[in-house]
Amino acid sequence: MHNPQLNKHGELQHLLTLEGLPKAMITRILDTAASFVSVSDREVKKVPLMRGKSVFNLFFENSTRTRTTFEIASKRLSADVINLNISASSASKGESLLDTIDNLAAMHADMFVVRHAQSGAPYLIARHLTETHQQHVRVVNAGDGRHAHPTQGLLDMYTIRHYKKDFSNLTVAIVGDILHSRVARSDIHGLTTLGVPEVRAIGPRTLLPGGLEQMGLRVFNDMNEGLKGVDVIIMLRLQNERMTGALLPSAQEYFKSYGLTPERLALAKPDAIVMHPGPMNRGVEIDSAVADGAQAVILPQVTFGIAVRMAVMSMLAGA
Amino acid sequence: MRLHLHNGRVIDPANHIDAVHDVYIADGKIITIGKTPEGFHADQTLDASGMVVSPGLVDLSVRLREPGYEYKATLESELQSALAGGVTSLLCPPDTDPVLDEPGLVEMLVHRARLMNQSHVYPLGALTVGLKGCELTEMAELTEAGCVGFAQAEEPIQDTTVLMRAMQYAQTYGYTVWLRPQDPHLGKGGTAHSGPLASRLGLSGVPVMSETIALHTIFELMRSTGARVHLCRLSSAAGIALVRAAKADGVRVSCDVGAHHIHLTDHDIGFFDPNARLSPPLRSQRDRDAIREALADGTIDAICSDHTPVDDDEKLLPFGEASPGATGLELLLSLSIKWAEDHLKSKDSLSTAIARITCDAARVAGLHAGTLSVGSVADVCIFNPNARWKVEAAAIVSQGKHTPFLGYELQGQVRHTIVSGRLAYSR
Repeated sequence: MHNPQLNKHGELQHLLTLEGLPKAMITRILDTAASFVSVSDREVKKVPLMRGKSVFNLFFENSTRTRTTFEIASKRLSADVINLNISASSASKGESLLDTIDNLAAMHADMFVVRHAQSGAPYLIARHLTETHQQHVRVVNAGDGRHAHPTQGLLDMYTIRHYKKDFSNLTVAIVGDILHSRVARSDIHGLTTLGVPEVRAIGPRTLLPGGLEQMGLRVFNDMNEGLKGVDVIIMLRLQNERMTGALLPSAQEYFKSYGLTPERLALAKPDAIVMHPGPMNRGVEIDSAVADGAQAVILPQVTFGIAVRMAVMSMLAGA
Repeated sequence: MRLHLHNGRVIDPANHIDAVHDVYIADGKIITIGKTPEGFHADQTLDASGMVVSPGLVDLSVRLREPGYEYKATLESELQSALAGGVTSLLCPPDTDPVLDEPGLVEMLVHRARLMNQSHVYPLGALTVGLKGCELTEMAELTEAGCVGFAQAEEPIQDTTVLMRAMQYAQTYGYTVWLRPQDPHLGKGGTAHSGPLASRLGLSGVPVMSETIALHTIFELMRSTGARVHLCRLSSAAGIALVRAAKADGVRVSCDVGAHHIHLTDHDIGFFDPNARLSPPLRSQRDRDAIREALADGTIDAICSDHTPVDDDEKLLPFGEASPGATGLELLLSLSIKWAEDHLKSKDSLSTAIARITCDAARVAGLHAGTLSVGSVADVCIFNPNARWKVEAAAIVSQGKHTPFLGYELQGQVRHTIVSGRLAYSR
């Protein structure tokens, strides 16, 4: 089966995952994003690249932050944005996912931004659009299950490049609930594709999936060991529901072993940056002193996220 | 009806026959192989030159979807599919709606199947009421109604006491218990083999341990109760090693594998192809290779199609929401031949492959079927072993059109199917 996000000329048709994207393609997206960063500083924060295009935000799973950044990015590109909170409408009336897609495509959608609780759902949509000869409609994965969150991965790559310039001499640690994290998976593919020589996974055994070594990671269960000498720390959000299902005993114990405190941060390189995809749980995975400290780049991540999403959408729209 | 099958390559593994012969059928029975019986006048002669004449296939797991799931498939559609696949005897698991846990339901199913006068249908009754794993079913009554064994289908019994008692009770009457080895908790809700692929795609996993832990439990209970167990759909190298050891230890166990698992691995999920969502899940290449080898050395007794028709509404969904299962009746023969061609590569490989879907399967199920012995019921499959066909939804007779083999070109195509001496299907 060929990679459904590339067309037969190797051009980006949809953005579904970072896995398998050529390094040159990722670099081009980051370069394009760089040209959009300044747009947000202008008095008129708009470029006409997607004027007349309709972007449908299809959020089958609740999200405020990601949906908002996609909405802002679309508007800055002059696209028309339609927000659909599907979990509250057709799905509850029994309409199937693909029926929803057909109906919205009939409203002349140009792009679907899809968030879904099931891994792989955007692939189903992309494949269906191809099979029904509607391949001109683009799909952007805004997070599917535990599988991928490619725009978050890209904005993380953008942030690292912004602060560290070069990927080829970095050590990056990803800390926390990698098992359930689509962000971690997209970061791993982005980092390995861009040539980061050492990517570490840090967490308790219950939150690390099998096979991380095959994905090119060094696994640490001891956070103090894992943080030694790293350039970048990517903290993951710990969902409260992990306390049920026997994955963790308590948030307190988790923080004791895996919370990022100033003392632990001191084990990393002095100029290490701290990232977090948000929303943060202060006192669970990260200490406030770190979250608000000089090494945190969590808010710049959000700003860059808009430029990265503008880059992805404008490239997919052929602008 | 007197039939004369002329000049075909007769492969009857139970009788060690693999040679060109004529076969004569009268009154629903095989009357001779080889010489024309005296005074025999055929009502119909089928030229089988270049064809293989084998016993009709015996399929150990076919979901007919009746009663309850007629929107997915019906007795009519699936028995037609069986004939197209050369399958003349089939066992159906009890996971219908309602579950096959009452004699009346079983009688009705058997009666309906008999009226259609096509392939022989042998139901497996539910081992526990509603497959809920709490109360035993009336196994003796169900056997009288037509059940040939008792199964839990995809619902493992949670309470080990109940499982032990079910095995003790079945053993009292000498009934076989059919169990798919799966731990009731480990891997529950999982959609793919626990391994690097599931980790990468973010799919919840079903670990191999789910199979091996269940096998350990089953073998311990077998040793203590003396029950005879047939293990359904083995999926892992580690599981196979346990079965091999148990057999060597004298445990009275038999087992089968689904035809998909002989050829595919979790990598065939590709980009979340819901057609490759199966239960048990497709596993690693190492597991697949162990299955092929275990079929060759007889550790695995039989291949079944694990035929599970699923409709579009339940398959065209994100991978994790799609119903597991694939259509299989019409692929069983070709997939078994493919195993012989890919793996065995010996002079009698075709005969070995046919054994696994005829006499070996019949032995496991305790059926008088799967042979061309003189005097036996004339269930025959005549197929062209060299014909190639492309697996396409439109080419499949079954109401279930979903299979991970869509687009594959397979070898071996059924030309005629004879059931009880009656020419029931011709292509």
